[in-house]
Amino acid sequence: MDAVIENLPTYWRGFSMTLLLLGVSGVSALVLGTVIASMRISPVASLRGFATVYTELIRNTPLTLVLLFCAIILPYLGSRLEYSVAAMIGLSVYTSPFVAEALRSGINGVPVGQAEAARSVGLGFGQTVGLIVLPQAFRMTIPPLINVFIALTKNTSVAGGFFVFELFAGGRELANANGDAVIPILLGVATLYLVITVPLGVIAGQLERKWVVQR
Amino acid sequence: MSGPSVLFDVPGPKARRISLVSSIVAGLLILAGLAWIVLTLAAPRQSGGITLPGFFDPSRWDIFADPEVWSFIIMQGVVGTLQAALVASVLAVALGIVLSLLRSAETAWIRIPVAVVLEFVRGMPVLLMMLFILLVLNTGAYWAVVAALTLYNGALIGEALRAGLASLPRGQREAGLSLGMRPLQSKMLVEFPQAFRQMLPIIVAQLVVLLKDTSLGFIVGYTELLRVNMNNLGSFYGNRYLFSLFVVTVVLYLAMNLSVSAFARWLSKRTASKSSGVRLDPDDPGQAMLVAKASASARQSTNSAGAGPGDH
Repeated sequence: MDAVIENLPTYWRGFSMTLLLLGVSGVSALVLGTVIASMRISPVASLRGFATVYTELIRNTPLTLVLLFCAIILPYLGSRLEYSVAAMIGLSVYTSPFVAEALRSGINGVPVGQAEAARSVGLGFGQTVGLIVLPQAFRMTIPPLINVFIALTKNTSVAGGFFVFELFAGGRELANANGDAVIPILLGVATLYLVITVPLGVIAGQLERKWVVQR
Repeated sequence: MSGPSVLFDVPGPKARRISLVSSIVAGLLILAGLAWIVLTLAAPRQSGGITLPGFFDPSRWDIFADPEVWSFIIMQGVVGTLQAALVASVLAVALGIVLSLLRSAETAWIRIPVAVVLEFVRGMPVLLMMLFILLVLNTGAYWAVVAALTLYNGALIGEALRAGLASLPRGQREAGLSLGMRPLQSKMLVEFPQAFRQMLPIIVAQLVVLLKDTSLGFIVGYTELLRVNMNNLGSFYGNRYLFSLFVVTVVLYLAMNLSVSAFARWLSKRTASKSSGVRLDPDDPGQAMLVAKASASARQSTNSAGAGPGDH
């Protein structure tokens, strides 16, 4: 326990980096994912094909490979990015297809009758999508999106293996430095992850339950 | 929504021409982007006054003509990855079955601690678990990888199976009990097989995640595909081959993962058409499980509203 309290600054340094990774790559994955999702439902066939292939390839590539590419292969190819920035890029790219799928399945989850009804009372494309489909799709996408962010939180730990000093890397360093107090130190790290993931999980479950009953 | 056609008018000749033209333009742009990447990689590079060959130059790929390199990659890398994945899969499914039974036990002092432990395990990164097992239990890298993957995916599979059990119609259990089966018998013989079949696509999808996560062994020092290619071969043959080795690694991983994903998708289609239940998306196990759990609890609440207070 003492080892944990003594090293609180290190914990804090790691935790803030984890939060930074989570925030930055979360937001950019959201943007990138939205772009991919809109490509996938667009009427332009080549964009649709591109988005499908992109989703399929990225989703079947292990995150370790993506981050290894960002941390080792990119500098080797001549990039001068900082490791943390490279990790953010890797995490956003890896997360974006999951975001896109969550958005797409939300839109697909709205019954066709809703759009048909909107069309039959004379609403145009913009009105149908903006007033009828998206408000309903929104509530169906929130729980899966929260799930994506929970996964992202856990995935930031992989960046710790690739020269980014975040919570996992901090924990590893502390565990190596304090061989007699490995268990409390790692439990401390686990607690900090749980502080983020458990509340998010509870919120996602409750929202899903609420909206499933309403549907 | 089945198709975008409901959202707007059926495109006329003009709109169709526009979409065709923009499709071609976008396709050309994408191709141009890819060509730019390929050409940049293929161009010879200047490094400190020395001109190095481009990344598609034969001199950067010649090691792959050597069958010994391939046999090393396959025997050490692919086998290492698949071995960890297979052992962890079997153990994870077994653990998942046990956990789902414990989690849906009648006695509260079994059910609640198991639920807490499951929540704890699911909220933690697998990597942290690997490190914990490696340092605390001192098992060596292989068992650290296998045990962490087993624990994490076992918890997720257990949760999925529990949702499957909970979403079964109450009559199944009642019928079992009324035939004189003991609760455990009814659970094992009547309810569990149905839940397992219903959740099979999610379980297989979770095993794809497991296969992907074996690459985390790279970080804790287990000799699997990524480590064999990037560390062992990379340092043996030198920096010159780093890019080619990475490309080969990605292709091998994609081949393994895509085939298991395709299997999961096929399985999901098959079970969906047979049991005519909700089709759970095998592409995203986390999300599918959320849906399964929520519909299970929804069904439970309607059940107990209709049939009075239930036993759980």
